[in-house]
Amino acid sequence: MSRSVIVEARDLSRHYEVSGGLFGKASTVQALSNVSFTLEAGRTLAVVGESGCGKSTLARVVTMIEPPSEGTLHIDGHTVDAGEPLDASARAALRAAVQIVFQNPFGSLNPRQTIGRILEEPVLINRPDLSKSARAERAREMLELTGLRPEHYDRYPHMFSGGQRQRIAVARALMLEPRILVLDEPVSALDLSIQSQVLNLLVDLQERLGLAYLFISHDLSVVRHMADDVMVMYLGRAVETASRDELFLSPKHPYTEALLSATPVADPTHQSTRIRLTGELPSPLDPPPGCAFNPRCRNVQADCRTSRPPLSPGDHRVACFHPV
Amino acid sequence: MALLDVQSLSVDFRTANGQFRAVDRVDVSVEEGDVLAIVGESGSGKSVSMLALMGLLPWTADITSDCMRFDGTDLATADAETRRRLVGRDVAMIFQEPMSSLNPCFTIGFQIREALKEHLDLSRSERQRRAIELLEQVGLPEPEKRLRAFPHQLSGGMSQRVMIAMAIACKPKLLIADEPTTALDVTIQAQILELLLDLQKETGMALVLITHDMGVVAETAQRVSVQYAGQKVEEQGVQALFAEPRHPYTSALLAALPERATTRHLPTIPGVVPGQFDRPSGCLFSPRCPHADERCGREQPTPADASLGHARCHYPLMAGVPRREAS
Repeated sequence: MSRSVIVEARDLSRHYEVSGGLFGKASTVQALSNVSFTLEAGRTLAVVGESGCGKSTLARVVTMIEPPSEGTLHIDGHTVDAGEPLDASARAALRAAVQIVFQNPFGSLNPRQTIGRILEEPVLINRPDLSKSARAERAREMLELTGLRPEHYDRYPHMFSGGQRQRIAVARALMLEPRILVLDEPVSALDLSIQSQVLNLLVDLQERLGLAYLFISHDLSVVRHMADDVMVMYLGRAVETASRDELFLSPKHPYTEALLSATPVADPTHQSTRIRLTGELPSPLDPPPGCAFNPRCRNVQADCRTSRPPLSPGDHRVACFHPV
Repeated sequence: MALLDVQSLSVDFRTANGQFRAVDRVDVSVEEGDVLAIVGESGSGKSVSMLALMGLLPWTADITSDCMRFDGTDLATADAETRRRLVGRDVAMIFQEPMSSLNPCFTIGFQIREALKEHLDLSRSERQRRAIELLEQVGLPEPEKRLRAFPHQLSGGMSQRVMIAMAIACKPKLLIADEPTTALDVTIQAQILELLLDLQKETGMALVLITHDMGVVAETAQRVSVQYAGQKVEEQGVQALFAEPRHPYTSALLAALPERATTRHLPTIPGVVPGQFDRPSGCLFSPRCPHADERCGREQPTPADASLGHARCHYPLMAGVPRREAS
């Protein structure tokens, strides 16, 4: 497969204004700051991090649910620039090129629509030129592709189990023949025995359709199974990016190291050398000065508290003054 | 004698569509100082069986058992007052969602002191002192200040620490933790599990950990009980369970873990957990079991002996192969 770059994000940032209430001061949350990455067709970039690290904000920006506050995003030949509204044709093309699957299949499917209607809705909105029968045919095709049966077309979401609903959500995302699929915690609401079915489906679809995945997850064992490259985020910034094997075998950022060691291993004979992280995630409203991780870091030194380490160049990039 | 001895516990819910058996003849036995993990997928009845024990199920639930004894008291026949004295003092429980388990209208201090007031004979100042001590014990910084905080001012990890402080306030003999870390981030999960194990060692209480996460099981439990569709299908020591699962369900579940994968495709368990209307008449796992034969679809298996992990299976696995001898 040719290694064609399909998404290139440069210095993406997204800020939110938070009102301070009647007497407080309004302030800004930097949900996402200066995140850059590239994603190639047929490959998976996993984004990992804890709650509040900005991984879902990144998903919303890449899918253009929200515009970036700063930075540029090149997707499939189109450019999304902060501050410059897209023209209608570029927007339509991008809507079709990037699709998203959400975490909770119990919330993301309209309970009052049939599966057929749910699947056809994106086509109805984005491809009004397609006839009704063409839409229905495509919906049935997608049902088959995702391991569902054509007779499911007329049923309602409540008649399906969690795993089947997630298949429906994947089928809907594929209706517009996207090139990029943003998967926002696609299996974390599913039971273990169902999780593997959905992961296998995603692997198959990627092979058959050459999709690029932006795979957002907090579950490192799933990430290790699915990803080609991994980006670790902390408080809105990328702290480390590397290929999967590099990252899991020789993590360089103390946060990555701690995250890996905190993940429970399903092997009772495993000797865990757990790095204890004390404290909690700082509030994104009031990030600590210098490196955002410095209050919890075990390698912390004076310079970490005053200036922020930049992301190093190269293939294995790390934002740390004193890497492991 | 075991601290907790439950035999053949069944819970049926009266629903609009008839009876639904959520827990089916489950045995639980916990010794003092034990760490037992109950693992299973959603709908396996792992929470319901413990809620039945605590008396926290709604009136639509019919609970039957051969024996339900805790520390010499028969919970099945105990009157409401005896049960109230026991629950919260000798048996305590913490829940999955720490944020919604705390009452948002009252301070943390009020809620911890309430537990103390209800069960222990302490004066007001002693209760305050004990509350501070408890927050220190669960590792919350600045306890005096935290006692005046409301739940919305705490993070998820801190709320779970407060829940643990409330649960251990009266030095329980048994602590039941129902998915205590599922809503938390991994680094916080590691802290909370460590705290629970430290407290368990310190106080010698027994700990029952309900979870769906095999990683958590492997790192915390001594014994594991696996539930499927309301039945206990296997129980073994943690090392033995991971090394040699006896029930095909346990074996399939372990194989489906992404970290055990050797190929790009994960082994899967076909189908779904049976619901209210499609419960098989034979073994409940038989429609999804790779080793099932016609006997499995017809006859309900009975638990095997301890050497075979109490596996509720006609053909328990021996070194990964079903044992099919003439029986």
